[in-house]
Amino acid sequence: MLSLEGAMIAQDGFTLKADFRVKAGRRVAVLGPSGAGKSTLLAAIGGYVTVTQGDIVWNGRSISNLQPNQRPVSNVFQDNNLFPHMTALQNVGLGVNPNLRLNAADKQRVLDALIAVGLSGMEDRLPAALSGGQQSRVALARLLVQQKQLVLLDEPFSALGPAMRIEMADLAQAVGARIGATVMMVSHDIKDVERFAEDVLWVEDGICHLPRALDDFLNDPPAGFTSYVGE
Amino acid sequence: MAHRVLAIGPWPGLIVAGLVTFFSLGTLVAVAFRADTIGGLDPFDVAAVRFTVVQAFGSAVLSVALAIPVARALARRSFWGRRALITLLGAPFILPVIVAILGLTAVFGRNGVVAYGLSLAGLEPISIYGFHGVLLAHVFFNLPLATRLLIHGWGSVPAEQFRLAASLDFSWRDVFWHIEWPMLRYLVPGLLVIIFLICTTSFAVALTFGGGPKATTVELAIYQAFKFDFDIGKAALLAGVQFAICGVAALASLWLAVPQAVMGGQDRRLQRFGSQRLTTKIIDCAWITFATLFLAVPLLVIFMQGVPYVLTLPVSVWSAALRSLVTALGSAGLTIVFAVSLALVALRWRWLEGLGMLSVAASPLVMGTGLFIMVFPFVDPARIALLITALVNAVMSLPFVLRSIGPAVRACEDRFGPLSDSLGMTGWARVRLVILPRIRAPLGFSAGLAAALSMGDLGVVTLFARPDGATLPLQIYRLMSAYRMEQAMGAALLLLFLSLALFYLFDRGGRGHAKS
Repeated sequence: MLSLEGAMIAQDGFTLKADFRVKAGRRVAVLGPSGAGKSTLLAAIGGYVTVTQGDIVWNGRSISNLQPNQRPVSNVFQDNNLFPHMTALQNVGLGVNPNLRLNAADKQRVLDALIAVGLSGMEDRLPAALSGGQQSRVALARLLVQQKQLVLLDEPFSALGPAMRIEMADLAQAVGARIGATVMMVSHDIKDVERFAEDVLWVEDGICHLPRALDDFLNDPPAGFTSYVGE
Repeated sequence: MAHRVLAIGPWPGLIVAGLVTFFSLGTLVAVAFRADTIGGLDPFDVAAVRFTVVQAFGSAVLSVALAIPVARALARRSFWGRRALITLLGAPFILPVIVAILGLTAVFGRNGVVAYGLSLAGLEPISIYGFHGVLLAHVFFNLPLATRLLIHGWGSVPAEQFRLAASLDFSWRDVFWHIEWPMLRYLVPGLLVIIFLICTTSFAVALTFGGGPKATTVELAIYQAFKFDFDIGKAALLAGVQFAICGVAALASLWLAVPQAVMGGQDRRLQRFGSQRLTTKIIDCAWITFATLFLAVPLLVIFMQGVPYVLTLPVSVWSAALRSLVTALGSAGLTIVFAVSLALVALRWRWLEGLGMLSVAASPLVMGTGLFIMVFPFVDPARIALLITALVNAVMSLPFVLRSIGPAVRACEDRFGPLSDSLGMTGWARVRLVILPRIRAPLGFSAGLAAALSMGDLGVVTLFARPDGATLPLQIYRLMSAYRMEQAMGAALLLLFLSLALFYLFDRGGRGHAKS
């Protein structure tokens, strides 16, 4: 269980209030107008922005003061998820050992992860030799080897076309299920959200609302959502 | 509160920052302790101070005055070889001073082409030694620098202004006053200060073309106090004076707009209207020809006169070349370690990178004097001459190198910092796996620059080296002083080749097999 307890998150003169809980293993979409603080929320949970008040708690243990890599968190960012000078194998291998010193068993784990995301035989390619969708697959394969219990996806597929985004949302769902992780995904596209999420976390005007089940949210959306979607 | 970069330990950077500050400023403290009082300056020294300032000022004015028409011509003309010429303008930066000196002597000296021409016209040849020679050499080095920076200036003028000028039917005078003059007024003062600063610390030029009561710079006076009188008190006092001159110029450069592109070439051609008249075309063509000949002929002469002697050079030259290679490679390595450490620690404390820039205002001769005073009680300075040369060269290269490595490291951290943090890549793993591969191109360029600068340096080594411990530039200077010009030419060609080869190989190594 992830809980934000009276958390105040300040970044560049902007403040976000968050007080909510997410049950373990849920798939949560983080929705809201741009500039509302969705990415700031994920950055705070990931450890890139510190909370000025309150606490972030994972399974009863405060993680507010831990470095990003010490948290039970793995990330896929909007961009720069892969090192362009490393092969797919190396990029995933970093999730096993950040020194990149991999023994035979480590290497096998990485290869298995690449196969699981549909990239068998592409382990020696550099990102430049992969399509946008394949690059996303490499980032997802790394989540598999990292085995962290909280997966944060910050508009990870925004550079892809609509069909590919749906495919990736499905794959992200499968990856989350495979490691049994809680997955939080920021998205702009309601289609992705409908496909992917169980719960929706609405962020607007510096406030994080309580997560609601997807159906419930869609049947009775907040006022801001209607104007956001433009219906 | 934003996340702070804590992934890489600060100690290497702090140690380097301390070391660099010690070299740039600490050596001055050692100097101050040993210095005579200000009354220790005799009329000869006062003349040296005056000469230093006057020649530096004259060189700066002349370089910029000549650079303005050349830069304008290059900015608005397109011709075959234009790109190559602009690249050639960058070459003097890594050209060993002693090589240029020999080339200029061969062209403008007593037995040179120009003297021959003058004698045909029944005129006396002008002497290349003294004020003329120093000015000539300084213009040779700084005209290209000024031209490149001014081409940049012309390139920064919005194209719309020239279009507007054409539609308003401006004359060339109107164009100058309304468009070019504001740009020049902004750039020229900073340019003058930079060149002034360079010319106050160009020891090798003063050593070869200067000398005597009328043409001795402060740095040359330091050298003489050291070498001939072994008067450390006097040398230290002069070192203090030199530091004051550099310091004033460096402070002036802080509040003037100093153009920043040292090596970055700007070769976008301006599309200009109204410059198609025949007279302006002829004038532009004349300026471009003048600049090309002025820069290329001395180097061509070195090449033609040096080639026959390269293979028959004495062993002393080859062993000097070997010493220089080792020094240059060591210096390049030190420069890279210093620059990367400083750039990394500057991610936390930005101002620390400024310490690496301190040596802009420092004189290598002052550093040398200070180090000599400090190590003299413990070791024979001659035994560590090459080590000290490599260190001083590295500190002197830092300002140029940091300008390319600093922004590259910052850009890398901006782009890949969050990912590296999220994966727990810290310390050496982060440097080895992320930062070094990502900054490979500026790293190669910087190593090449540092190696070439050190290879061609004729400065601090003159204070320390034993007769049998010369570097290649020093050996060439000795051959020159002994009037063995053929051998000097051959050795100069070798030095030129080695310097350019070092730069080329490192720079190429940084860019080769570039992974996107």
